[in-house]
Parts: sequence; C-alpha cells; structure tokens
Amino acid sequence: MNDLHSEALINAETRDFSVARANAIALYTITRREVRRMVRIWSQTLVPPAITMTLYFVIFGTLIGRRIGPMHGFSYMQYIVPGLVMMSVITNSYGNITSSFFGSKFGRYVEELLASPMPSWVVLSGYVAGAVLRGLFVGAIVLAIALLFTSLHLAHPLVAITTVLLGSTIFSLAGFINAMFAKKFDDIAIVPTFVLTPLTYLGGVFYSVNMLGEPWHTVSLVNPILYMVNAFRYGVLGVSDVSLWIAYLVMCAFTAALGAVALTLLHKGVGLRS
Amino acid sequence: MTDTPALETVDLRKTYSNGVQALKGVNLRVERGDFFALLGPNGAGKSTLIGILSSLVNPTSGDARVFGISIHQDRGAVMRQIGLVPQEINFNQFETPFEICVNVAGFYGIPRPVAKPRAGKYLNELRIWDKAHQPTRMMSGGMKRRLMIARAMMNEPRLLILDEPTAGVDIEIRRSMWQFITGINRAGTTVILTTHYLEEAEQLCRNIAIIDHGNIVENTSMRVLLSKLDVETFILDVSGPCEPLPEVPGVRLVCREGNTIEAEMSKQHDLNSLFAALSARGITVTSMRNKTNRLEELFVRLVEQSAREKAAA
Repeated sequence: MNDLHSEALINAETRDFSVARANAIALYTITRREVRRMVRIWSQTLVPPAITMTLYFVIFGTLIGRRIGPMHGFSYMQYIVPGLVMMSVITNSYGNITSSFFGSKFGRYVEELLASPMPSWVVLSGYVAGAVLRGLFVGAIVLAIALLFTSLHLAHPLVAITTVLLGSTIFSLAGFINAMFAKKFDDIAIVPTFVLTPLTYLGGVFYSVNMLGEPWHTVSLVNPILYMVNAFRYGVLGVSDVSLWIAYLVMCAFTAALGAVALTLLHKGVGLRS
Repeated sequence: MTDTPALETVDLRKTYSNGVQALKGVNLRVERGDFFALLGPNGAGKSTLIGILSSLVNPTSGDARVFGISIHQDRGAVMRQIGLVPQEINFNQFETPFEICVNVAGFYGIPRPVAKPRAGKYLNELRIWDKAHQPTRMMSGGMKRRLMIARAMMNEPRLLILDEPTAGVDIEIRRSMWQFITGINRAGTTVILTTHYLEEAEQLCRNIAIIDHGNIVENTSMRVLLSKLDVETFILDVSGPCEPLPEVPGVRLVCREGNTIEAEMSKQHDLNSLFAALSARGITVTSMRNKTNRLEELFVRLVEQSAREKAAA
C-alpha cells in the first residue's frame, strides 16, 4: 500500500479535517493562553510599566522638562510621551515572549506544542500575537497615564498604529529568537539589559538626534529603535527626525528578516529538539 | 487495507551531537489494535524512539510510518494520530487540568465547544475531575500522571504511546490506570507501553520488543517469549530449619536465610518429586512463590546476553 493511499484512507476513516480551520483554532488557543497568562500575572506584566512610566513623566516631564523648554514646538513632556510609549511597547513585547517561551522550555510544556500537528508558523504567530497584545495593552496604559500630565491629539493615527504594531512585532520576534537559544534564565536577561535598554535610551526617546554632533548623529542612524520612536512620534505629534518612508522600510525589513530567522530556527527545532 | 500497521520503523537511527548512538537501525512493526510493550534498561533507546515518533527528536536517518504516513512526509498528519504520555511531567504547573486539556485540544485544532466536554469526560474517567479547576502544582504525583493520560486522550488518538506512565504511582492508582488504558485499547486504540514494572507489561501486553544499546534484541508475542523461559526459580517457605537439604535430580536447592529454600528447575520438571524429597527429610512447605516475575527473568537474561555479545564484538 503506498503512502498516498494510506493517507487518503486515514482521512476517510477518521474525520473530515480542515487543516486551515485547525490552524486557526490552534493560533487562537496559543494567543488566548498568552493573554490569560498576562492577565493572571497582571502585577508583573501591567503594573510595573505603569509605575515606571509615571516616574518618568513626573521626573523627566514635569520637574526636569520645565527647565529644558520646548522641542519641535512641543513641551518637553509632550515630546517624550511618544518615545516612552514606544519604549514600553518594545520592552514589554520582548519581555513577554522571552519569559513565556523560555518558561515553556524550562517547564518542558513546550513539548505540548512540538508534539502537536501545528506547523511552526502557527506556533510563532501565536506567541508573537500574545506579545504584541501585551505591548498594546501596556502602550495604552502608558498613554492613558501620559494624558494625566499633558494633552495630546493623534496627528496621524494610521502611522501611529502601524508603527506600534511593527515595532512590537519586531521585538517579539527578536525575543522569540533569544528565548530559543536561551539555556538558563540569565540568558533572557542579558539582551534586555545590555542591548535593548541602551538602544532604547539612545534611540531618541528623550532627545532629538538632530541635537547630536558627528559622528554620534550618523552612529544613531544604525539604531533601529530610532526609526520606530520617530515614526511613532510622527504619528502622535507630526514631527520626526527621520524620513517616514525610510522608517517604514527599516521596520518592514527587520520584521521580514527576524520572522524568517525565527521560523527557520523553530522549524529546525534549534534549542528545542535534540 | 487494514494490513497497514499502526507503526512501522525502517532502519531508524539516531546519533546525538555528543556522538552517542541511541538507535542503531531499529526495525519495528506494531499492528493495529495491539497492546505492545517496548522494554529495555535505562539508556537503551526507548525514549529516543518515542521522541522521534512524537516529533521531539529528529532522527539521523531511517523512517517511521504511523498508519502508513511517514514522519518525513506529513508530520502534522502523523501527529494527529498520536497521543503521547511522556515519562517526565511536562505541563504548566500554573494552569488547571481543565485548561491544560482544553488548550492541548486547541493545538490539535479541536474547537472549545468540543474540547470542554471531552476534557470533562477524560478527567472524570481518570478520577481527577474534583481537581479540574485547581492549579496543577497542588496535585499529587499520581494525579499528575493521570492528567498526562487525560491530556493525551484529548485528540482521541489512534496510537497512544505511554512512556512509563505508572512510575512512582501506588498500586491502587496503577490498577485504575491499567483499567482505563485496557478499556481504551479494547475500544480500538493501539497502545505502546514502556515500563520498568515487568509484571505490568506481562499482564497488559500481547506483543513485546526488547531494546538494548539501540538495537531490538527481541520482538515477538508475549506468549512466545514467555514460552522461551525454560528454567524457573521458586521460593519455598518452610516451617522449620531447611538444612540438611535433600538431593533431588534436576533441581538445584539452596537454603537461604531463615526458613527459606530457593529451588531452580526446568519448566518440565514435576514438583511432586521435590515435595516428596522435602517431606522425607521432615521439611514442611508452608508457602511457595516465583522468585521473580517470569518476564523479568527473561528480560534480565536477554539484556545480559546482549551485553555479552557487545563485549565480545
């Protein structure tokens, strides 16, 4: 009996199975599980960024900001809000996926996913969707807190939304790759501490890169977070240090490249299958 | 059509990155509806073989076909046929049994309205429904083992693979698990069982393979395998001192500590001559039992033989 015949036999014997529908259900299940996890440990996922960002607004926006004066025609508080929202989105998306996926490796319940019929892209999409939703939740909380300190209106809502989604996706994918290679909890803390935080602070959250002299202005242009922060700032305030189209090009390129790497690693089972 | 086996492995090999050859060309066939024992000492390759079947280990070469579908051809279709109960506890300790079962069903594409009653059914049948909505970290070891069986049943698999499912479980729970698994097998599910409790394999399984050092050293029916055991050892408890022992042709008698005699004889040897000789010496036998489980005796011999052959090679 040939294999194709056997497969046809199984389909006939068992159930009328729609793979596309099954994948949609699986994707929903992973995403739902991720959101439930975020809500279950809300004191670790939603409260800390709210407290941290409130301190940023009080110290940098209100106390120090008064002495700095307007930037690009906006108060310093208004100027830093988009950067701080984007910073929260990026760090929370990254942190969500690394802790959740590495936790599943550490607790071995990632085997539930590996031993299931789900294709790799469904697993990756589910985890990324969960991390993006965490980023959006936190971003909304931080924005709501910012509105207690200053007034804002969205200059280009579509740009703001697409930038948040792309930025969140990029760092979710990067976090997923980090979690795949991680062998211990220290390995998921190294990148946020030594790479993500410096890149965020040097990504124009608190200042305009046009204020920097050479070579630091040019050096800043290789930082992908700069493009996300400025694109989002354009979406919120209508001002940016970089071209919007270059920002989109950079974000789309990072999304595609990191997505391809994450999917290839997951398909091969790097760090998961022996 | 039904001659397609539930599982067929063809020259399956696995060499880990550290150079360890866990499987050295395993050829195995498990028929549909079988209750199959896969036995072997620790490190023999059982878990590697199960890992390959359940997509947790990448084979180095060879193939495995589940109901005729190759793992290389359509991994998703193979996984839909399989339910896996792994050796180690591997679920999220912060989730509840109900959540775990419903989520795993979701990973198989089973919608929640179907998954919820199914989770209730299997958690109930495995007698852990009363813990269904408590975090799993609060469950006992036996409950966790039963949860892993309930979880493996969520896709109602045609091939259920149980890797030491009763390890560390008390006899009462173990029996209830046997009852459940036997019922599943009677309903048509093919079952592959690995266990270190050989009486469990002897009682439950119809066919058996013994794997050692990555090779299948025996693959036959349980009945045929047990018939190969030509020597049995009995333990006789006696009422008084066992020495001096009588000479009984064809029987090797050893007096053990206390009032115990160990008698080794061929299966064809009658017991009457032994009892007559003991009675003549005034030794009264009060009880009698096998020294070890029959399968255990065979298992030890086969594994020792395999080790000798390996040393000679």
